Amino acid sequence: MLSYIVRRLGATVIVMVVVAFVVFSLLYLTPGDPAVVIAGDIATEDDIKRIRQSLGLDQPFLVRFGSWVWGLFHGDLGISIFTNLPVIKLIGQRVEPTLSLTICTLIVAILTSVPLGTLAAARAETKTDRTIMGLSVLGFSLPVFVLAYILILVFSLQLGLLPVQGYRSISEGIWPWLKHLILPSLALGTVYAALITRITRASVLDVLAQDYIRTAQAKGLKERDILTKHALKNAAVPIITIIGIGIGLLISGAVVTETVFAIPGIGRLTVDAILRRDYPVIQGVILIFSAVYVLINLAIDLSYVFFDPRIRY
Amino acid sequence: MTTASLDPTSRFSFGYVRQYVTERIPALYRRYPFAVIGAFVLLAMILIAILAPILGTVDPQAVTPSNRLKHPSWQFWFGTDALGRDVYSRVIYGARVSLVVGICVAILSTLIGLAIGLITGFVRWLDAIVMRIMDGLMSIPSILLAIALMALTKASIENVIVAITLAEVPRVVRLVRSLVLSLREQPYVEAATAAGTPLITTLVRHILPNTIAPLLVQATYICASAMITEAILSFIGAGTPPNIPSWGNIMAEARSLFQLAGYLILFPSLFLSATVLAVNYLGDGLRDALDPRLSRRM
Repeated sequence: MLSYIVRRLGATVIVMVVVAFVVFSLLYLTPGDPAVVIAGDIATEDDIKRIRQSLGLDQPFLVRFGSWVWGLFHGDLGISIFTNLPVIKLIGQRVEPTLSLTICTLIVAILTSVPLGTLAAARAETKTDRTIMGLSVLGFSLPVFVLAYILILVFSLQLGLLPVQGYRSISEGIWPWLKHLILPSLALGTVYAALITRITRASVLDVLAQDYIRTAQAKGLKERDILTKHALKNAAVPIITIIGIGIGLLISGAVVTETVFAIPGIGRLTVDAILRRDYPVIQGVILIFSAVYVLINLAIDLSYVFFDPRIRY
Repeated sequence: MTTASLDPTSRFSFGYVRQYVTERIPALYRRYPFAVIGAFVLLAMILIAILAPILGTVDPQAVTPSNRLKHPSWQFWFGTDALGRDVYSRVIYGARVSLVVGICVAILSTLIGLAIGLITGFVRWLDAIVMRIMDGLMSIPSILLAIALMALTKASIENVIVAITLAEVPRVVRLVRSLVLSLREQPYVEAATAAGTPLITTLVRHILPNTIAPLLVQATYICASAMITEAILSFIGAGTPPNIPSWGNIMAEARSLFQLAGYLILFPSLFLSATVLAVNYLGDGLRDALDPRLSRRM
């Protein structure tokens, strides 16, 4: 067990180094010279040279990579070109909306997809199954912003039930906060739910073919109990794996969802940074998102022991 | 007639075509209804893209300020946008961008992924290095990677294709490598190696043909996701340049006008969703047809 954790952590470190290297290379390849930008219009050649030296921009690639990584360990993601604020601070200000959105989406997606996928497996090759699977392909094919606009059109503009756009902090009360998150979570959660539904169905279908399920049926257990207590529990590992892998989808989708619903989160920060060509912010966001993704999947890998006691590392 | 029409020499004869349309396609439809529907919708989209100039369209860039934000009517089937451009023409021409991006990304990423995957599957010392790099690339959410690459270059369709391809390649490498790892343990590959077949010949003659079916399926899914990614990139202003009408661009320009002119969002999103859905159905059908084992499970 311990040796597995150590190996798994080692692999995670390597992956993060690769991510950091890619992200830094993007920064390195960025067109334009930051020194010229910082120096301003009236700077002389000497001024620019001095700034370049003081920023270490004249150092070789690997030295700069090293000092950049050193900065990362101290929470230094660089300075935003546009706002002149530390990137880490900009991201910190935007964490709450994005975290709220992704957690709500996770809950919505898992609560709909796991039961639907299990039902599809239990009723395999029937109309119910085909309907659920058909919907899942549809959910997969609707781009998140298309779905978002459909939801806004129906629930906000036609029925007037929910706000069109915007975000309220949770400190302003639970209901205003939740009210603004319902539509974004549905829009963002659909594609994710479609993915989980497919895997849940496949995984439960596999388990349902096992001998002990037949034994349970022969004993006369209720179908509901067989599905929830016997099948779903044993089908958990692939489902949880895809939930983790799908976080990537969720992060990508959050960028779009926050744009459509005008939620001031990290996704919106990314889009603004692109429009302003604010490279340090773009890099910082990618690094943070990737790190979150890698760490969540690490946690999920390690949690298998909990879901399936047969797994011992 | 039935045997004669299967003769390859008469492939382009009228009889062959007629038999194909009246017998083969209905038979296929009974077995894989969604795949056939998908194939037809996709074919229709490709025809729309190619025939765009003769489908009653006007110049999609022609600005007519006097016709700003006209709702759909007989004169403007899909209405006009904030600059008075004909949305129908823009949507029809937009099919070109989506299809070109989808198909190019699918082909390029499959070929690159195939090459890297074949090599890493067979050269052990490379495997560890390449796969760690792929793991790293895969842990950057693909849209964010594409965004970052687009931020480095100027907006153009070529750059969109390159950016999405780079983001998709690691997934193909993964797939090919896992296929190669299981194929190389097959007795016939061992037999070939024992018989002294050169590595290249083994790869080309024995491994490659067995990767084609799963890769074809994967390529259709990549095509679908690339079309969505292109639309998303354009939608957030990091994709196709604004002077080329693409479905994502039309929606991006309509973002602030959404409550005023919902049709600006409606039509491009209908086309985009229909195309992506068609490609996904086609992929599911291909998977069912090529790998019956998987079809029951997924």
